[in-house]
Amino acid sequence: MTTLLDPTNERRVQTMERVGRPESLNGLVVGLLDISKPRGDVFLDRLEQRLSEMGADVRRFKKPTFTKPAPVDLRHEIATQCQVVIEALAD
Amino acid sequence: MSTPTLPDGLVIVVKHECETCRLVVPVISQLKAGTVPVTVYTQDDPSFPADVSAIHDADLAVSWHNDIETVPTVIKVEHGREVARTFGWVRDEWHALTGRSDLGFDLPAFRPGCGSLSVDPDLVDALRARFGGSVLSARRVETAAAEDEFEAMFDRGWTDGLPVVPPTEERVLRMLTGTTRAPSDVVAVVPPDLVDVTVEKIAINAVMAGCKPEYLPWVIAGVEAVCNDTFNIHGVLATTMPVGPVIVCNGPGTRAIGMNSGMNVFGQGNRANLTIGRAVQLIIRNVGGGRPGEVDRATHGNPGKISFCFAEDELGSPWTSLAESRGVAPGRNAITVFPGEGPRCVVDQQARDPESLCNTFAACLRTLHNPKLVLAFDAIIVMGPEHSRVFAEAGWNREKVLDEIHARLQLPGSELIRGANGIAEGVPAHLKDATLPKFRPGGLLLVHAGGGAGLFSAIIGGWANGDVGSQPVTREVTT
Repeated sequence: MTTLLDPTNERRVQTMERVGRPESLNGLVVGLLDISKPRGDVFLDRLEQRLSEMGADVRRFKKPTFTKPAPVDLRHEIATQCQVVIEALAD
Repeated sequence: MSTPTLPDGLVIVVKHECETCRLVVPVISQLKAGTVPVTVYTQDDPSFPADVSAIHDADLAVSWHNDIETVPTVIKVEHGREVARTFGWVRDEWHALTGRSDLGFDLPAFRPGCGSLSVDPDLVDALRARFGGSVLSARRVETAAAEDEFEAMFDRGWTDGLPVVPPTEERVLRMLTGTTRAPSDVVAVVPPDLVDVTVEKIAINAVMAGCKPEYLPWVIAGVEAVCNDTFNIHGVLATTMPVGPVIVCNGPGTRAIGMNSGMNVFGQGNRANLTIGRAVQLIIRNVGGGRPGEVDRATHGNPGKISFCFAEDELGSPWTSLAESRGVAPGRNAITVFPGEGPRCVVDQQARDPESLCNTFAACLRTLHNPKLVLAFDAIIVMGPEHSRVFAEAGWNREKVLDEIHARLQLPGSELIRGANGIAEGVPAHLKDATLPKFRPGGLLLVHAGGGAGLFSAIIGGWANGDVGSQPVTREVTT
């Protein structure tokens, strides 16, 4: 038997329940997060158009750079304003 | 385990195996016959000294906790506290410490002592674990008797695909002797899980990577250098591009720990080069939670993501070192981290004059990532000695070399715009009349390394640079 020291962060992952999927987007605030990759805006522009036609109140958000996680203030802004979020990943 | 308290009076620690200890036995007998209480601890033979009753320090607890490095050691204790000590046989010192001037006149005036068993290289690791293990707070993981610990570590996802050294208490405590920092010191917050990493966790992963204790300060500096918003290891890890942290080491310490800056500098065969870089990457994996296929989304990756770490050949270089060019004082140990892909070779065996050689470097550098992409990526030029000699003989310093290469990489927008030369990739069409540099100012780093034979150099291409991506970071290495 060998006793080893744990090299990991010994983190216990907390599971969180997802918000229920809405029946309809009509009247809901939908956030579109642009991660600042080239041409991500083309995709999101089209989504905004389609979602607005469906009656959603669309709000646009943008990360300063695609290489870093969204700043905490931006995440807070999205969480407090939106009921649904769509994030455009590139590549 | 609590520290044993020493009895008041004189405490003498001896071992039978030591000739000087045997020499001073008559002196110990004289002291025992005196009025001051004398307590003798024997490390090896419980019946030694024959005429004096001694306490057997069988587990070496007394010796360990009282930092006995040499036997014989005499300690003067008052009210449970040490007030003086001497070691070996130095007659004048024994006289001064004991207050007795009648001791050992038939002995030579001086005899050096012997090494204490508590610092015996064969025993010290076990003693450190027994008496110092409580400083370690990591969770203990027991492997079953029938379990192969190497396989167990693979099964737990702790490795980079190669076997790792089992991080036992003994090995981790020995690793920690490489730094003066406390095991509980927090060194950095490691992405992507944003977890505090302590010196202890770094030492555990350094053991696994195969480091020696003297490499630990370099690993700690490496972790500090990559885990910040400037270097942005989160992005370097997460990107689809094939980059990882390239670690360039400078200073006399690189030679003290035996790093390779010469022949086969990026290759196999040097323990320090390979394990320092590996330890940093294991910490990103094990502490940060950054694993391929999860947050690491690399399309191809590169073999250097296991370890890409080397030293600059400062003694053979005609120029100031990379670290000095980045503000570190001469003679200091430092590392520079760069988000780099694998190295590519620059061949110019006809190079005899610096202008021609600069043309070669410029032509090769232009192709970095795509000949039509500019300004977005930095690069390291790793100049081999046979190439640097051409510049040195012409009297070109580091700045002149880089300026001349930059001057040759001012590119016409008409060649770079999307669609030009039948290649869709490129810069936006509105830049067609602009002149664009391949590299941003400061975007080329110059390092001197490689073997003495071969008119070759290397280029290490970078990743998204500047505030949107990653900046090279230089850190001093401290113990």
